[in-house]
Amino acid sequence: MDAAATAAERAAVDALLGPPAAPDGHVAFGGFHRAEAQRHLLLPALQAVQSAIGWISPGALNYVCERLIVPPADAYGVATFYALLSTEERPPIVAHVCDDIACIAAGACAVAGGHPSPCLGQCEQGSAAFVQVAGGEDFVIAPVSPDQIAAALAGEQPAPGRRASVRHAGALLRRIGVVDPDSADSYRAHGGFAALARAREQGPGWVIDQVKASNLRGRGGAAFPAGVKWEACAAEATRPHYFVVNADESEPGTFKDRILMEEDPFAVVEAAAVAAFAVGAERTYFYVRGEYPLAAARLRAAIPHFEGFDAEVRLGGGAYICGEETSLFNSVEGFRGEPRQKPPFPTTAGLFGKPTAINNVETLVNVLDIVIDGGEAFAAIGTQQSTGPKLFCLSGTVARPGLYEVPFGTTLRELLELAGGVPGDLRAVLLGGAAGVFVGPDRIDVPLTFEGVREIGATLGSGVVMAFDGTVDMGAIARRIAAFFRDESCGQCVPCRVGTVRQEEALGRVLAANGDRAEHAALIDDIARVMVDASICGLGQTAAGAIQSAIRLGLLDGSQT
Amino acid sequence: MTAQPVDLPRRRVGLTVDGEPVAAREGDTILDVLRARGADTPTLCYADNLTPVNACRVCVVEVAGARALVPSCSRQVEEGMEVRTDSERVRHSRRMVLELLGSSVDLSRASSELGGWMEGYGADPGRYSDDRANVAQPPKIHDELYVRDYARCILCYKCVEACGDDAQNTFAITAAGRGFDATIATEYEVVLTESACVYCGNCIGVCPTGALIFKSEFDMRAAGTWDPDAQTVTRTICPYCGVGCNIELWVQDNAIVKVTSPLDHSVTNGHLCIKGRFGFQHVQNR
Repeated sequence: MDAAATAAERAAVDALLGPPAAPDGHVAFGGFHRAEAQRHLLLPALQAVQSAIGWISPGALNYVCERLIVPPADAYGVATFYALLSTEERPPIVAHVCDDIACIAAGACAVAGGHPSPCLGQCEQGSAAFVQVAGGEDFVIAPVSPDQIAAALAGEQPAPGRRASVRHAGALLRRIGVVDPDSADSYRAHGGFAALARAREQGPGWVIDQVKASNLRGRGGAAFPAGVKWEACAAEATRPHYFVVNADESEPGTFKDRILMEEDPFAVVEAAAVAAFAVGAERTYFYVRGEYPLAAARLRAAIPHFEGFDAEVRLGGGAYICGEETSLFNSVEGFRGEPRQKPPFPTTAGLFGKPTAINNVETLVNVLDIVIDGGEAFAAIGTQQSTGPKLFCLSGTVARPGLYEVPFGTTLRELLELAGGVPGDLRAVLLGGAAGVFVGPDRIDVPLTFEGVREIGATLGSGVVMAFDGTVDMGAIARRIAAFFRDESCGQCVPCRVGTVRQEEALGRVLAANGDRAEHAALIDDIARVMVDASICGLGQTAAGAIQSAIRLGLLDGSQT
Repeated sequence: MTAQPVDLPRRRVGLTVDGEPVAAREGDTILDVLRARGADTPTLCYADNLTPVNACRVCVVEVAGARALVPSCSRQVEEGMEVRTDSERVRHSRRMVLELLGSSVDLSRASSELGGWMEGYGADPGRYSDDRANVAQPPKIHDELYVRDYARCILCYKCVEACGDDAQNTFAITAAGRGFDATIATEYEVVLTESACVYCGNCIGVCPTGALIFKSEFDMRAAGTWDPDAQTVTRTICPYCGVGCNIELWVQDNAIVKVTSPLDHSVTNGHLCIKGRFGFQHVQNR
């Protein structure tokens, strides 16, 4: 494809990659090995063009490919994978306005002038827009009004101002709102840097022993024991090792990691430094979702304050699937964010094919107190199988949406009461986000532990607790969940690529009730089984749970949406 | 004389398939074992000469201890593994994969094997709503060698692999977009003549559904003159260079209508270049 980059496009790429080598008459590109070594810069280079110019033109793509020795078709496949990258010319300012379930439930519907967007992780605010500005800084407005969207599209950046988000803090959230997120000294004054010092004093084996003793399990959704993961990675002989912080928080209804990164960034970085030390990682990547510009900026500012910690922040490109660990690796490596078949597991062959430990942000921050107080003290909190404090993201029709920290074992009723209860009649609670399931009011006394919710066929997922009263159109909610999975399926495997589309269509027929509802519900169950059993990754495997539970609980009865 | 590759000795691995003990070699995939036993295991995205991509999921089997089903094409055998190939779960997933594909893609030119699997597993693509989404679109006819008929594309990635580092290392095509809207494309959908394509035809060689097809075959099919029963296949050696690629000439009515290469040929592994694939017109200048 013939197309040349403009001077501005070249400048955007060169600002990231450095100036191109002066031509000396030789055509020697360094071959395969140089190409392989540079490939991981593909997504950052495409993002640099997108950010500076507002879209990726054929000329700009060609220039990126020439600099990085990537075939243009290959780079086009990557560029078209990410929702925040555009390969078609579009206006320089674009507002992505959340039309996802938490904002529907909160009554927001103002998409005027903006592009509808999946959940932006601002659920406690009730409405949100993420604004991409060509040649400027991207920003978030939450909550957002139609007037503010219009002003943003006209080039104005609103003054920051938001409601308090943390409603109930314990040990994990103790610094939030107290510590100055821009100041290392403030962090130090609130006990910062002590955990890393202690970890380095005691050694990696000791740290891993403490994390194993704590029985800390992953807070991203899979609940895998962190200590087991770290031990497996540390034991691998292959070098280098990598540590990855999964900060691609995109599960609808989830905003806990954003608040941790925005308000206590030094703690997130310190915990990652402890983890990297424990697993023997030569290098660490923070993969932060692209819609969290403030979180990314604060992590970037905090990293240099940790000596001997080689780390880098990478931004996601607008793809829910990249929260799946192997998709995330592919994304960092400069490929389409498609998941890999496991085994091999990341601790054996993860990022760049090397032993890798990867943890969710909330999981990691727990490690600081585990190192300071010891694993056994941590294990004494909560229940035997679900130890420690847990963050819950409350949204929907609760009186006080926001972030709540409670010990594992708190019941759903207690948590909802902490949030001021549910005005009107509680119809259902969505546990775990779009990848979770609805539970009815009869389950309100379930203890919120991994084992407690498993007993009622639910999941804690990423800590989403979204409440719905009789005012919410559950048909609209179910439709949005089905559309979410259709949009976010990467398209690699048949069960998920076609299954999520057929599920959405069958749901439409259930809601329209033209014909026998039971027949369509049975079809949904058939589709669900192949997605659960045969999809490559967790996205397809969980894409049916919420819809099936909504039908089972009768939440869609009477809905004509 | 035939060259015999000499491998390092491999350890034996014991497993069970549908309850029967089976001996395999370390490094074998479950599919290798199933094929050695003569079990008819459906595959779509798998090919002997390409790296498995695990995308179609039609070859899934049940492995004791694994939460989800596993693709037999890529999963290596392990000591003590218990594999089930005919459980209700396996049959359901295979049926649904075939049914989901059949409901969205034109499979009428796929191999006859596929039709057999659809029937055998009871796939019923017609049970979805009449206004269901599909990938129907007009074929892309931009040159005299290839037709790209993506209404028939199941997104198995085989063409991308054959164009890429599994064979040709040309990288002219990619999977672009995401989800149900994902397609096989060149950069910005430019025509092949403006892309890196070198017209080796290896993408067509691996396509399982006729989405990629030689223009000559496409035209004959359109004219109603394509007649596989009247075709003979002659294996010979490409006359162009000294590499020695074996080629198969498909002849109908005393004219070459298609050229392929045998998958099991040690020189080509089924792949050719533009000369071997398309440079036969001089033979039939009459």
